[in-house]
Amino acid sequence: MHDRVLSGEPLVRSNRLAARYPGASVPAISSITFAVEAGQRVALLGPNGGGKSTLFRAITGELAPSSGELELGVGHPALVPQSERSRLDYPVSALDVALMGSVSRLPWWRRPSRADRALARESLRRVGLEDETNTTFGELSGGQRQRVLVARALVQDSPLLLLDEPFAGIDAPSAELLAALFDQLAAEGRGLLMATHDIEQARSWDLVLCCNRVQIAFGDPAQVLTREVIERTYGSSLVPLPGDESLAITPPHHHDHFEADR
Amino acid sequence: MLPGLVGAALLGLPLVLGGAIGLAVGASLIALVGRIKVLSSEIAVSVVITSLFGAGVLLGLAPTTPAGLGGILFGDLLAVGFGDIALAAGYAAIVLAILFVLHEGLLATGFDRLNAKALGRSPAPLDLVLALLLAGATLVAVQALGNLLVVAMLIGPAASARLLTRRIGPMMLTAVAIAWVASLVGLYASYHAELAAGAAVTCALVLAFVVALLTRRLRDLLASDSRRRGRGEQSRGLRLRSRRA
Repeated sequence: MHDRVLSGEPLVRSNRLAARYPGASVPAISSITFAVEAGQRVALLGPNGGGKSTLFRAITGELAPSSGELELGVGHPALVPQSERSRLDYPVSALDVALMGSVSRLPWWRRPSRADRALARESLRRVGLEDETNTTFGELSGGQRQRVLVARALVQDSPLLLLDEPFAGIDAPSAELLAALFDQLAAEGRGLLMATHDIEQARSWDLVLCCNRVQIAFGDPAQVLTREVIERTYGSSLVPLPGDESLAITPPHHHDHFEADR
Repeated sequence: MLPGLVGAALLGLPLVLGGAIGLAVGASLIALVGRIKVLSSEIAVSVVITSLFGAGVLLGLAPTTPAGLGGILFGDLLAVGFGDIALAAGYAAIVLAILFVLHEGLLATGFDRLNAKALGRSPAPLDLVLALLLAGATLVAVQALGNLLVVAMLIGPAASARLLTRRIGPMMLTAVAIAWVASLVGLYASYHAELAAGAAVTCALVLAFVVALLTRRLRDLLASDSRRRGRGEQSRGLRLRSRRA
């Protein structure tokens, strides 16, 4: 833990960051103050529309901060988007999609090299898809598609990975494999910022950032994730479970795909 | 593009120049109309194209226009000379080179437009390059095929190839092959059946698309059939195992 504290510059750091979509009168997120250092796994909790994806867009540079500061360390952050939003009718193989990750490291006039192709194959192997390299992306299962998108981020070889609900709607073997892989990536010294709805999973990560349009809390999950913080984070979407002290969160709409995927 | 072509014919300017100006005006109009929030981009494109087309026909029917609106609309495939072919070949080489260099960027933006920027590629410049390449191809082909038939040649082979292939590379090769075969078939048909050359080529392209569509349907049908049979065997296997248990 000590050397993490001393590990110098964070991969991303913000100070009272606010971001607003063009044409909107109020910022989608504000007062966001947090940092992700090398080797840290940071969970990002918040309801749908609470600004999780907006924060990612600010970090990738798609959305300029409307106030506050946002500092990025070296390298372009790699975004793993929600696989449910990707196009299924597009004529590409799993390998083609993984190879797209190399684009972020190359100037526009350079094609991926043989080493990039080897890295793409190696990344697909790491997500357990070495037998599916030539399968058309749209023909893979939801969990496999999510793993291909993680492989694409590995090909980007970025020190900072932004994971947008990577466990939403995927099968159990894919979830286990990804959870182990994320731990491995953190052990390699990469920083991970993962949007999630799973409070239990967030408890097992190094830090947690709770956000419901404004920042509710940031810190060690053991101290931060109190009932009060969770209630303020999820607001009206919380429902108490009968006969249980713990809280339940109404499932977000896209978890509906969970059953279909199995 | 049509008003540009007709305008050039009216003023006695080279058709290529008129077409280029017409294309530039059309493209800027589409971009401008596309900025109107309440209209979807498809509507913007169709509104601009149909109004410009109407304007072009109106100009073309003016009494002072030299005869030849038919030529501008449908082209004259049989009047293509060595210079035209050299121009087209040169342009094809340029397009190939640019597509080769930009391949992964174009692929990534097409696949995941929303997150292309996170991959370090903004869609806007790539869109512009693609639009310019397309405009250039239209311009080069329009004198042979005409304003109407050039659309069939640009879209037909690609649409047919999309139905038959699962990867971008093979799709491009298939599209080129379909365009070649359809052109040859169309030309022979026009010679033997005494049809207009351009119209015969277009008919061949449409025919190719129908064949591609039927092939795809048949293949999907066979695939789902074999999958169903595979599942049947699997469940039978399960049943056997459960009976044994």
